[in-house]
Amino acid sequence: MPVLPAEFADLEPFADWALETEQERYAKRLASTMPEMQAFYDAAFPRLADVMDYGDQFDLRDLPEDVRKLVHLMQSLIMVSFPVEVWKQPRVPDSGAAWAELVYEPVV
Amino acid sequence: MAHFQKPAAGSWTEHYPDLGTEPVDYTDSIDPEFYEAEREGIFKKTWLYMGRVEKLPKVGSYFTRELPVVNTSLIFVKGKDKVIRSFHNVCRHRGNKLVWDDFPNEETAGSCRQFTCKYHAWRYQLDGELTYVQQESEFFDLDKSLYGLKEVRCEVWEGFIFVNFDNTAVSLTDYLGGYGKGLEGYPFHEMTETYSYRAEIGSNWKLFIDAFAEFYHAPILHQKQAVKDEADKLMKVGFEALHYDLQSPHSMISSWGGMAPPKDMNMVKPIERVLRSGLFGPWDRPDIEGLDPLPPAVNPAGAKPWGVDEFEFFPNMSLLIWAPGWYLTYTYWPTAVDKHIFECNLYFVPPKTIRERLAQELAAVTVKEYALQDANTLEATQKMLETRTVTEFPLCDQEILLRHLHKMAVDHVEEYRNASVAG
Repeated sequence: MPVLPAEFADLEPFADWALETEQERYAKRLASTMPEMQAFYDAAFPRLADVMDYGDQFDLRDLPEDVRKLVHLMQSLIMVSFPVEVWKQPRVPDSGAAWAELVYEPVV
Repeated sequence: MAHFQKPAAGSWTEHYPDLGTEPVDYTDSIDPEFYEAEREGIFKKTWLYMGRVEKLPKVGSYFTRELPVVNTSLIFVKGKDKVIRSFHNVCRHRGNKLVWDDFPNEETAGSCRQFTCKYHAWRYQLDGELTYVQQESEFFDLDKSLYGLKEVRCEVWEGFIFVNFDNTAVSLTDYLGGYGKGLEGYPFHEMTETYSYRAEIGSNWKLFIDAFAEFYHAPILHQKQAVKDEADKLMKVGFEALHYDLQSPHSMISSWGGMAPPKDMNMVKPIERVLRSGLFGPWDRPDIEGLDPLPPAVNPAGAKPWGVDEFEFFPNMSLLIWAPGWYLTYTYWPTAVDKHIFECNLYFVPPKTIRERLAQELAAVTVKEYALQDANTLEATQKMLETRTVTEFPLCDQEILLRHLHKMAVDHVEEYRNASVAG
């Protein structure tokens, strides 16, 4: 069963990145390899502008389920953009054992 | 060569002669006795920031705060008269913690009509009055009016809730002084889309304020966050603030940056180009009242490239106001001389579209990644300070807020110690 809107069927193979909370997205980033994140980024980044245009027709507080999933997927794209675009590693460089929890977020 | 005009005294630091320019003694960050004196002389004497009024939306809304630094737990509640009050979280019967869920040391929030103790069902109104005692006739001449919850001084400035354990302290408005007055009218109340980070940090609380109160480190520590050409350029130029100001015990730094939008799109990462957002927040200002003109305390130099102002409200609240129209707060809660809890709250105007939501997401994720780099240096610094092989450190002009913070801590502790001796 597809989880994303039909207009974004090309991103369906990456639907496992459609994660609702920051905690899940952060954990998946840390558990992924650079080639895995690169493949996701290469597919999703060119569609980011399309998602923003497509999203303008919806009320953020009342999204259809498939659009909600699409937003979660783009939140994951943001999450992997850091390693892919600059760091070349899943964890932020020079951060050692430092850790912070996002204890409250506006979940889409 | 200075890129931005410094005061006539030649430097920001010498503009405030009380600060001196000699190396600063960091024993105040490792000495357990000094920490104990800070608890009494600072944290029990000054106004402490506890949270925003939006956390208490209606009559009966409450939240609790655990404050090991002053050895208490507090309840914050909005009463029937819409007044926000704070009480020590202790039942007057036999001292049970009044408001908690499954674990007594964890903070909680919710709403209720009254507070009922889990132990013997003593009940208190939202204004703290004791209204019901189980089997009251078993007690001896119990005057319920004498057994209300213990209230703590609680005052609100621009929607920021503060407490003070010293009943002789000046009012909150007087305490916040010129910055408080000069920030009035900023549309904090419109910025209710909240992200909250929390971290346990293995350092003295002042060291994390140090880390955020100077941007001299930014081109070096954060160089791997930027695209390479931009990182190289930043490192070569270094950092100079637009403006510094001290209004003891508080202080502020005003900085350029943010580039919204940047002159050259190659200066920023591809995702920033598409989302029109980054560390300094979404490039497009939200469409609300109150951002133009800004209140007088913001961007005091009136500089065109202004990007962010950071106000340090003594002792442990940082308030950052970003040019694109959002703000954040940091608080640093000591749990020991070498440990503290760091809290970071980001506040945006609620987004209406997916476009706006994703732009805010990028800013929120970016702030976390920078903070992790900042946090990582702290435990290492604490450990090396504790060796006492070096106790005095030269602070530069761009570190004037650090020099000021440590002086404020030492001054407060000295005043407390002198009063103790005199008393």
